[in-house]
Amino acid sequence: MTAPVVSASGLSLTFQTNDGPVNALSDVGLTIGKGEFVSFIGPSGCGKTTFLRVIADLERPTAGTILVNGLTPQQAREKRAYGYVFQAAALFPWRTIEKNVALPLEIMGISPAERQERVRRTLDLVNLSGFEKKYPWQLSGGMQQRASIARALAFDADLLLMDEPFGALDEIVRDHLNRQLLELWARTDKTICFVTHSIPEAVYLSTRIVVMSPRPGRVTDVIESTLPRERPLDIRETPEFLEIAHRVREGLRAGHSYED
Amino acid sequence: MDRLRDKIFPVTAILAGLVVVWYVAAVLMNAPFQRDLNQRGGVTVTTSEFIGQTLSQPKPTVPAPHQVVSNVFENTFLRKITSNRSLVYHSWVTLSSTVLGFAFGTALGILIAVGIVHIKALDRSLMPWIIASQTIPILAIAPMIIVVLAAVNVTGLIPKAMISTYLSFFPVAVGMVKGLRSPEIMHLDLMHTYNATRAQIFWKLRVPASVPFLFASMKVAVAASLVGAIVGELPTGAVAGIGSKLLAGAYYSQTIDMWAALVAGSVVAVILVSLVGLAGRLVERGMGARPA
Repeated sequence: MTAPVVSASGLSLTFQTNDGPVNALSDVGLTIGKGEFVSFIGPSGCGKTTFLRVIADLERPTAGTILVNGLTPQQAREKRAYGYVFQAAALFPWRTIEKNVALPLEIMGISPAERQERVRRTLDLVNLSGFEKKYPWQLSGGMQQRASIARALAFDADLLLMDEPFGALDEIVRDHLNRQLLELWARTDKTICFVTHSIPEAVYLSTRIVVMSPRPGRVTDVIESTLPRERPLDIRETPEFLEIAHRVREGLRAGHSYED
Repeated sequence: MDRLRDKIFPVTAILAGLVVVWYVAAVLMNAPFQRDLNQRGGVTVTTSEFIGQTLSQPKPTVPAPHQVVSNVFENTFLRKITSNRSLVYHSWVTLSSTVLGFAFGTALGILIAVGIVHIKALDRSLMPWIIASQTIPILAIAPMIIVVLAAVNVTGLIPKAMISTYLSFFPVAVGMVKGLRSPEIMHLDLMHTYNATRAQIFWKLRVPASVPFLFASMKVAVAASLVGAIVGELPTGAVAGIGSKLLAGAYYSQTIDMWAALVAGSVVAVILVSLVGLAGRLVERGMGARPA
């Protein structure tokens, strides 16, 4: 058993707002092993994005411990341990696609020749070869999001944190990108933490599904997927898939996520 | 055809309307003096002759458009550029201190904005002073600047340019503070995940994001610079420049000369603002902006 990529215990985070304190995370404990694809699902306000941001050192927990690759989130961030994909593509509009993907490499001081090689390789990985010189506005929403995934992959971090990356895309594009993401995961052997509020998406992608519920944000269930690693799109019509989806729904209901 | 209908026709119509209003105003404003003159001279004229007289006075209260146009034409194209009566010469004098002051002002404005965005103490303390600086009437401090600088043997172009600087740094500073703070939280978070240094965030994110703000504020600043340069020529006994032309015109009641100088000033302003706009469009196109 190798060391876990993420291990959290007793993790809590309270935001002080004008309306009083908000418990975004309450006593969250979770261990994520290398090569896992873990989805976080729950209604808004359940802390799934906050948990991802804590891993990324974009938020600091108020209690509990969390280690990323055995380091504190800050140390892990300083060692560029993860790539982060945001809800929107967040590409720089004044940079071409290749320059956007090269951005983290420039910041990390990688030589131009090596940069070029890595940009070529990662754009190939997300099927965007041929669009190097285009500006973001010349690409569709799905292609922009693929470019932002390429950017997160460009510096070869082993951990990929994705915060509802396909949430703003239509269902057809989303299906397509889900399949591509699985292929990419199979080829690169990365650990992926994936926030979503779509049950089919979570079940289709994950080896493990973390069900969360709000007020206070907490983990109510962790479901191991029994699906094989090889997953064609129509696996979503099999009884096994529906069974897991049902369990996720049950978990959400147990966390009172369907109540007003 | 569409261009004719959508652009040229409305613009021409408005322009023609303005010219008509101007002619009517010229006749009305110049009438009392002309009536007086004719009365004293014992001259009786028909209405159309009278109107002709009001539009051809040598020192009218309001010069007629054709008087201004012929003066501008004469002093722009029929004089040697080096001549003291050439509008090109005077415009050039004003233009050079405008451009110098504008360059200083833009640099100063950017510098102040960078300071405000990066240093908390400046953020808290500098803005009120900057705003206060702009509430002081420029006419009041222009002579002081000239006198103080003359005392340390700085004369000529620089003192006038300083007044342009004084007026032009403000819009740039305000615009650039806004521009350097314009990156979205998501972009800043992204840079944070890369563990980017402050310098990297500045050059790779804040500066490119601020470019549209820079050019918008530079358009305001260049016009303010021109006003500054002209005002700087008024109280200082400058012998050349649009300001000195205005002053001399006022002194000798050469109203046509004054209006001609005003026309020269606005032509310079239009050219400067268009040049800044053009530069802005070129830079933004170079940065991959979607063509409008």
